[in-house]
Amino acid sequence: MREVAIVAAGMTRFGELWGASLRDLFVEAAQQTVESAGADRVDAIYVGNMSAGQFVGQEHLGPLMADHLGMAGVPCIRVESACASGGVALRTAFLEVASGASDLVLAAGVEKMTDGADVTEVLATASDQETEVYHGATFPALYAMIARAHMLSHGTTEEDLAWVSVKNHHHGALNERAQFRREVTTDQVLGSALVSEPLRLLHCSPVSDGAAAVLLCPLDQAAQYTKTPVAIRGAAMATAAMALADRRDISFLDAVALSGAKAYEMAGIGPEQLDLAEVHDCFSIAEICCIEALGLAPPGQGRHCARTGETGLGGRIPVNTSGGLKSKGHPVGATGVAQVVELFEQLTGAAGARQVPDAEFGLAQNMGGTGASSVVHILQAV
Amino acid sequence: MAGIAGYGAFIPRRRITTEEIARQWGKDPGTIQRGLLLQEKSVPGFDEDTITISVAAGRSALARSGVSPSRVGALYIGSESHPYAVKPSGTVVAEALGIGPDVHVADFEFACKAGTEAMFVALALVESKRVDYALAIGADTSQGAPDDALEFSASAGGAAYLFGRDDPLAEVVEAVSYTTDTPDFWRREGEFYPRHGGRFTGEPAYFKHVTAATSRILEKTGLEPGDFRFAVFHMPNGKFPLSVGKALGFTRQQIEPGWIVPTMGNTYSGSSPTGLAAVLDLADPDDLILITSFGSGAGSDSFVLRATGLLPQRRGLAPSVRSMLDGQHRYVTYGEYAKYREKIIVND
Repeated sequence: MREVAIVAAGMTRFGELWGASLRDLFVEAAQQTVESAGADRVDAIYVGNMSAGQFVGQEHLGPLMADHLGMAGVPCIRVESACASGGVALRTAFLEVASGASDLVLAAGVEKMTDGADVTEVLATASDQETEVYHGATFPALYAMIARAHMLSHGTTEEDLAWVSVKNHHHGALNERAQFRREVTTDQVLGSALVSEPLRLLHCSPVSDGAAAVLLCPLDQAAQYTKTPVAIRGAAMATAAMALADRRDISFLDAVALSGAKAYEMAGIGPEQLDLAEVHDCFSIAEICCIEALGLAPPGQGRHCARTGETGLGGRIPVNTSGGLKSKGHPVGATGVAQVVELFEQLTGAAGARQVPDAEFGLAQNMGGTGASSVVHILQAV
Repeated sequence: MAGIAGYGAFIPRRRITTEEIARQWGKDPGTIQRGLLLQEKSVPGFDEDTITISVAAGRSALARSGVSPSRVGALYIGSESHPYAVKPSGTVVAEALGIGPDVHVADFEFACKAGTEAMFVALALVESKRVDYALAIGADTSQGAPDDALEFSASAGGAAYLFGRDDPLAEVVEAVSYTTDTPDFWRREGEFYPRHGGRFTGEPAYFKHVTAATSRILEKTGLEPGDFRFAVFHMPNGKFPLSVGKALGFTRQQIEPGWIVPTMGNTYSGSSPTGLAAVLDLADPDDLILITSFGSGAGSDSFVLRATGLLPQRRGLAPSVRSMLDGQHRYVTYGEYAKYREKIIVND
C-alpha cells in the first residue's frame, strides 16, 4: 500500500445553522478544503452521512454533492455507519489512495439535523430495532445503561461524568467553530435536567448541523498541495454486537478496543506515543469508555482523567481539544471527519489557543450506535 | 388624528401555577420559572372562549369610549382559537355588543399577532374615513400540547380597541408592519395543538421580526427608545420581551408595566394587546407608548401611541388589567385544568 497524506482540511461552524441546507454545508466545507490545496478537480469523493433520508428526505447524496461542488462526472458515493459515517468515509478514501486506484480523493462528512425531523427517533435507527428500539430504548437510555454498568463495575460517579463535560466545554470555548463556546461548571452539569438517569442534559452532545472535509493524496505527491502534510499512519475499523444485551461487558466497548489495536499495529506505535486524541464523546460516559478501550487510561480508571487534568489541554494526553462532540457539536455524519480536521490543525501547528505544543502523533476515534462500529485513524506530522 | 377611542381587556379568573404543571410531568419547576420567567397562567372555564373574552373586552372598550355601538362600522377579531373553523366569531360578538347589522366583520388569524393585525386594519379604515369607528380585538384560549414547553405559557384572555377620529384616549402616531415567510410555529387544519421549531422560534423568528418592526417605526418617527415612557413587546414567555427590549435600548422600567406574562401567561393574539391595555391603565397625558407584536409565520406590527388628556378621565369606566390579574382568582389543580381544557375524554 502507498503511504497516504492529508493535505488540506476544512469545516463549517457547527450549530443550529438554520440558514444552511444539507448541500450548502457540504459545499462550504468541501470548497474550503479543495481551494486551500489549490486543486480544481479530485479523482473521487466520499461523503459520510448517517441519515439525510430521514432528516431532510434526501438520499443519493453522491451525485448531488459532486454536482453542487461543481464536479459532476467525478465518482462520488455516500458512506453510512451511523455516527461513524464520517470516519468510515475517511477510511474508504484512504484505502482508495493507498491502493493506487486514485491520487486525489476528498473525504467529507455532512449532516443537517435541525430541519424538523424527530431527531431522537432518527438516531434510534442506529441501534437494534428488534431488541432495543421496539422496547422503547433511545440513545440517551442506552448510554445511561452503559453509565450505570460503568458505575457498578468501577465506582464511576455522576461527578466523574460531569468533569468530562466541564473539560470539553473548556476546550470548546477556545474553538470558534464550536456550537457551545462557553465554560460550564460541575454544579451546572449536575444541576441540569435529567435526560435518562444518570445522564443529564449537560452530559449529552447536542443536535447540530455541519460539515467537514479533508483531502487525501499519496504522501510522495503531497508537496504539490501543501508544505505541511500530515500522514495517515493507521486506519482501522471494527464492529461489535449491535445490541447492548449481546455484549460480553456493557461497560467496555469491544469495537473501540479492536479498532484501536489494529490502528496502533498499523502505525507501529502505542498509546503512550500519542500527543493528543479526539474521541467520540456523544455522552460523557462514552469518553470515559473510549479512553479506556484505546489504552489512554487503565481499565476502570478513565473516570479520573478529566478531573485530574490528565486529558485536558496541558495534561498527559489532551483528549477532545476541539471541544469534542459535547461542546463543538455533533452533526452525526460530519463528526468523524471533523475530529480529523482538528488533528490536522494540531499536527500542522494551526490550532491557535488550543494548540498542543510540538504534537507529532494524534488519534481520532469515531463510533456508530452504542459503539457497534468504531473507526480509528492515527495521524503523524511529517 | 385617528386613535384609540376606547379600550378594554378581559382575563379569566382561574389560574394554574408553573409548579403544578411541572409536577405533573416530573419537571423541575425552578428551572422553568428561571428559564421562562413564568409563575402562573390564566385558564379558561367551560363557559369562556374567544367569543366571550371578546365580548367582555369589547364591552369595556365601548364603555370607555362613550360611543354608541351602532356607530361601529367594522369589527375584527384576531385569534388562534376561534371556536368555529367555519363561521365567524365576529358575528356573535357584534350581536352581543349591539353592533351592526351595518358593519363589516372578519375573523383574522396570524398566530400571535392576529390581534394587532385587526388593530392595523381597523385603524386604516378609520383613517381612510371608510368608517367612523372600528373595533379590533385580540383574544385567545391558547392551545399548548400537554408536556410541551408551550403548556407553561398558553393561557386565556384578550383586549379590544375601538379606533376613531374624534376624541381619542391615545393618538396613533405611526404604525408599521414587517413580514417574512418564516415557519417557526404552526398548526395544520384539523390538528389540535400547534407545533414549533424550538429555538428556531427565537433568533430567526421572534427576535428578527420584533427588532425589525421596532427599528423601522423608530426610524420612521425619528423617535428614540428614551422618548417613550412605556414599551410593550409580544410575550411568548417572560424572557423574550425583556431580552429584545434590552437589545433595542429600552429599560426594564419602560417594559415592566406592560410585562404581564409572568402571571397571565401568553394569551397569543391577546398577549401584546392586553399588555398595552395594562399600560393605558397607567399612562399620563402626552406619554409616548410603543407596542410591537409578533406572530409566528412570521411578522410583527408596531404602533407608536401618544396618550391624551381624556385617558385619565375614561379609564375608570371599566376594570383595569391589574385588577383582573391581581384581584379575585382561583388556582386549579392539573386535573381540573385538564378537565377545563377538555383534555379528558368523556362520553357526550
